[in-house]
Amino acid sequence: MQPDAVPPLLSARGVTKFYDGILGCRDVSFEIWPGEVLGVVGESGSGKTTLLHCISARLEPTAGTVEYMTRHDGPADIYRISEPARRLLMRTDWGFVHQNPREGLRMGVSAGANIGERLMAVGARHYGNIRHAATDWLDKVEMDTGRMDDLPITFSGGMQQRLQIARNLVTAPRIVFMDEPTGGLDVSVQARLLDLLRGLVSDLGLAAVIVTHDLAVARLLSHRLLVMRRGEVVESGLTDQVLDDPQHPYSQLLVSSVIHP
Amino acid sequence: MVEDGYNFAYLDEQTKRMIRRAILKAVAIPGYQVPFGSREMPLPFGWGTGGIQVTASIIGPDDTLKVIDQGADDTVNAVSIRKFFARTAGVETTERTEAATIVQTRHRIPETPLGAGQILVYQVPIPEPLRWLEPRETETRKMHALQEYGPMHVRLYEDIAHFGHIATSYDYPVRVNGRYLMRPSPIPKFDNPKMDRSPALQLFGAGREKRIYAIPPHTEVRSLDFDDHPFEVQKWADVCAFCGSGDSFLDEIVTDDRGGRMFVCSDTDYCSRRREAGCTGPAMQAAGPGEA
Repeated sequence: MQPDAVPPLLSARGVTKFYDGILGCRDVSFEIWPGEVLGVVGESGSGKTTLLHCISARLEPTAGTVEYMTRHDGPADIYRISEPARRLLMRTDWGFVHQNPREGLRMGVSAGANIGERLMAVGARHYGNIRHAATDWLDKVEMDTGRMDDLPITFSGGMQQRLQIARNLVTAPRIVFMDEPTGGLDVSVQARLLDLLRGLVSDLGLAAVIVTHDLAVARLLSHRLLVMRRGEVVESGLTDQVLDDPQHPYSQLLVSSVIHP
Repeated sequence: MVEDGYNFAYLDEQTKRMIRRAILKAVAIPGYQVPFGSREMPLPFGWGTGGIQVTASIIGPDDTLKVIDQGADDTVNAVSIRKFFARTAGVETTERTEAATIVQTRHRIPETPLGAGQILVYQVPIPEPLRWLEPRETETRKMHALQEYGPMHVRLYEDIAHFGHIATSYDYPVRVNGRYLMRPSPIPKFDNPKMDRSPALQLFGAGREKRIYAIPPHTEVRSLDFDDHPFEVQKWADVCAFCGSGDSFLDEIVTDDRGGRMFVCSDTDYCSRRREAGCTGPAMQAAGPGEA
C-alpha cells in the first residue's frame, strides 16, 4: 500500500517483554507509516498494553528493537538514544493517551494549564500565546472554552478524556499512543469521542497506535489491525479484512463474540 | 566564653568537616542541592536546624553573629539561636547588619545591603522547588539534571489565570547562574532582587530534608516569569509608621478591632537605625516629638 520511498515512522522488530519470567509480549514486529492508524486488539491480559509501553519508550523490552524516524537525524533506536533526547521526543513528537485520564492529566491545575504545560516544557514563555493555544485546543476538542480555568476534577469522564487528548496534541506530535481511549465512557460519549479522534487523526495526519478490546473502536479508527493473544500476534492485516474475514481461530472467536444489537 | 562541656559551636569536629565539604560542593555548583548527614540538634527540625548546622560549621571565634526571624532580631527563635551560639561558641552577637560577619535568617534578607566578606545563612524548610509537581526524588533529580524546568511555569500560569497577575509572593522560584532552579526559602519575593549578584556568600541549610545549597558572591539569580508578565516585587501605598521608610518590606499590624492598622518595617534593625538618624513616620509624628 505504501510507496517504498516513504520510510516507516516507527518500526518494532521482535519486541519481547518478560516480567521476571512472566510473559508480557513475545516477538512482535510491525511498522507504522506517517498518518497511519494501527489498532491492537485482543482480550484482557493478552499483552496489548505491555506492547504499547514498550514501543512508546515507557518500558524497555527484554529483547527486540524499536526504531523511530526522527525529524532531523533519521531512524533512531529509542532505547539507544540519550535520555534527554528520548524525553524530549516523548513530550514533543509523541503523545500518550491513558485509559484513565487521571493518569495523563495534572488534576491539581486548571484545564488551560494542563494544555499549556507541554508548551511551557518546550520553552513557551509568553502567557498570552499559551492561553491562546489552550483556547484553540479546547475548541478543537469541542469543549466549552469558558471552563478553561476550572480544575479537571470538576469535569465529566468524557471531558477529561478530551482534555487529555488536547493536552497531548498541542505540541503537534507525529504519533500518538492510546491505551483504551474510550474505556469507561458511556456509549454516546464514546461515539462523540471516536468521531472527534477520527477527525483529528485525519486532519492532522497523525499516526496512531490504539490499544482496545472494543472491535467497534478498532473498526472505526484503525487502518490496520494486530490481533494479540497470550503475548503474541496471531493475525494482522487491514482492519476490514481481519474483522470481516478472520483467518486465525482466535480472531474468529473474537469477532463472533461481539453481540450485534 | 564557651560554656564547659560543649565542643566549639556545639557540633563535633568531624560533623563540621562533613558539613563544610557539603558547603564547598554547594558553592562550586551554584543552586545545586547537596545532600548531607543532618544531625539531631537541641531543637526540633523545622525550627532552623539546617541553618544552625551551617552556621556552626562556618563560625569561628572572631565572627560576629546576627540572627533574624521574619526580619526581627527580638523574636523567640532569633533570640534563642543567638543565645545558643553565644553559649556554645562564645562569639560576639550583634543586631547591626553591617557589623555582622554571619547573618542567620529566616524569612527575610536584611534591608541594609550586605557586603563582601559577609555570609548570609538561610533556614530552609523545603529545598526542592519541583516537589509540588513531582513527588518522586529520583524524578526531580533527573529533571534538574536535564534542566526540565518548563512545568515550573505551570504554577505561575495558574496564578495569572486565577488572579490576573503572578500572585506567588514568597518562596518565589529562581534560576541560579542560568542553570539550577532553586527555592530561595520562604523569603518574600520583595527580597529576590537582593540575591542577584550579591557580594555576600549565601548559604542555605535544610535540616529535616538534609540538603545544603549556595549562591556564591556575584552570581546571577533570576526570578522566573513570563515575557508578558514580568517579575515584580510587592509595593505598598503606605510608609513605615515608625520611620517613614517607603522602600523597605512592610508588615501590616492590626491595632484594634475597628479596622485600625498600621504598616511597619519588618527589618527591626533597619527601622531603629533610621529612627536614630532622625527619620519619623506618621505614627511618631501623631504621637508628638520626644516619645519615640
